Amino acid sequence: MIEFTLWDILRNLLLATRWTVVLSLVSFLGGGIVGLALLFLRISKRKSLRSLAKYYIELFQGTPLLMQLFIAFFGLGLFGIDVPAWLAAGLALVLWTAAFLGEIWRGCVEAVAKGQWEASASLGMGWLQQMRYVILPQAMKVAVPPTVGFSVQVIKGTALTSIIGFVELSKAGTVVTNATFQPFTVYGLVALIYFALCWPLSKSSQILERKLNVAHRNH
Amino acid sequence: MSLIEITEVRKSYGATEVLKGINLDVASGEVIAIIGKSGSGKSTLLRCINGLETINRGSISVAGAQLLDDEVHLKALRLKVGMIFQQFNLFPHQTVGGNVMLSQTVVKKTPKPEAEAIARKMLERVGLAHKFDAYPDELSGGQQQRVAIARALAMQPIALLCDEITSALDPELVSEVLAVVRELAAEGMTLLMVTHEMKFARDVCSRVVFMHQGRVHEVGPPEEVFARPQTPELKQFLGLH
Ligand SMILES: Nc1ncnc2c1ncn2[C@@H]1O[C@H](COP(=O)(O)OP(=O)(O)OP(=O)(O)O)[C@@H](O)[C@H]1O
Ligand SMILES: [Mg+2]
Repeated sequence: MIEFTLWDILRNLLLATRWTVVLSLVSFLGGGIVGLALLFLRISKRKSLRSLAKYYIELFQGTPLLMQLFIAFFGLGLFGIDVPAWLAAGLALVLWTAAFLGEIWRGCVEAVAKGQWEASASLGMGWLQQMRYVILPQAMKVAVPPTVGFSVQVIKGTALTSIIGFVELSKAGTVVTNATFQPFTVYGLVALIYFALCWPLSKSSQILERKLNVAHRNH
Repeated sequence: MSLIEITEVRKSYGATEVLKGINLDVASGEVIAIIGKSGSGKSTLLRCINGLETINRGSISVAGAQLLDDEVHLKALRLKVGMIFQQFNLFPHQTVGGNVMLSQTVVKKTPKPEAEAIARKMLERVGLAHKFDAYPDELSGGQQQRVAIARALAMQPIALLCDEITSALDPELVSEVLAVVRELAAEGMTLLMVTHEMKFARDVCSRVVFMHQGRVHEVGPPEEVFARPQTPELKQFLGLH
């Protein structure tokens, strides 16, 4: 039987970590773009658009991510569309992330004082101008800590994609375990790598939050 | 012709009618004080004139421009009337100068150097030229309110609506804001102000409007209204002040 050194194991895991990172980035950026669109629907003046975004968000927040992955992977297959694991994983994670970011950001926009809307309206600004120059700059500051904090959930969420066969860090852990029969060492390392990815993010989210509270309240 | 014409204006929130047929014509250069009990509809009336609330019936026109509920008409109207709020509502992420320049550059598309010159001039007018680069939360309440006035003036409105603009201020800061308003009045600015400052109303205003339960209950020059109130409601109201 072949002997695996600790380095062999770690090297293989780190190679797979690339895919965790790539999938996380794609989900977060794609989810951010879709989430921004959702935000604008969610706070638009048209009730139908608001409801549409609300149902979307409730649907994705109200079902497990794993089910969303299964539906993206197997569900589309039923229509004769052959979905590779990476596409299903990316699609489901983007849509899932968008639902959460959209809702987080809506809270931030609504946290901006009502007087800001009224003052900017009384100065003649239209809705888009109010959003762009008055509301969003203030909402964005409030939004940074929870948004960074949520990126941790996205990274952890990518672990689920191993179930539909996408080879990222978790899946690589299983594969390496099967070859080495050292589950404790392997999964211990997997956990450490996840920790190394997530901890700096959650920590910076905390620091940012504290900074925003301490620094000048508003700028 | 009057500058502001308010005709039979009615406004309800759900089932409760807050304005029950308001008629008021304001001539150019007039300074109107609106007084009345809490809940009598003073703020609602000002907010309707500025289109922050939509009216259910009646009509409002400012310098011939009709108040209609679409963005083009609203914007045209809001360029004519500025509004100052009790809570100042400065933009906290912008400097004082930025606050006064923003709507000029965004709404009127005034080139930046020109907008800055106007901003400096307006801040000079309220005595705050030296605070151009400060942020709102570095200013006292009175200073913030004067910046809010400069911000409204920078749009060169023909009338200003002021809703209890000194009510959120510490007593010692009230006079600096009133002094600015007094000067505007002297320069001929048309002003509609909801106020609890009876002395100010008496000294500066050309007419006093007493609102009661959503109606203009009594109206007249301050010497009349304060010295010879006609209705028991106004007598009672003045007795409390
Ligand atoms: N957005 C709203 N929804 C429902 N009711 C409202 C709303 N705004 C005001 N009202 C009601 O309308 C009535 C008049 O309010 P308004 O603010 O115009 O009174 P006011 O004369 O300005 O009083 P105050 O002196 O306390 O400022 C009050 O009974 C108030 O409860
Ligand atoms: Mg009021």
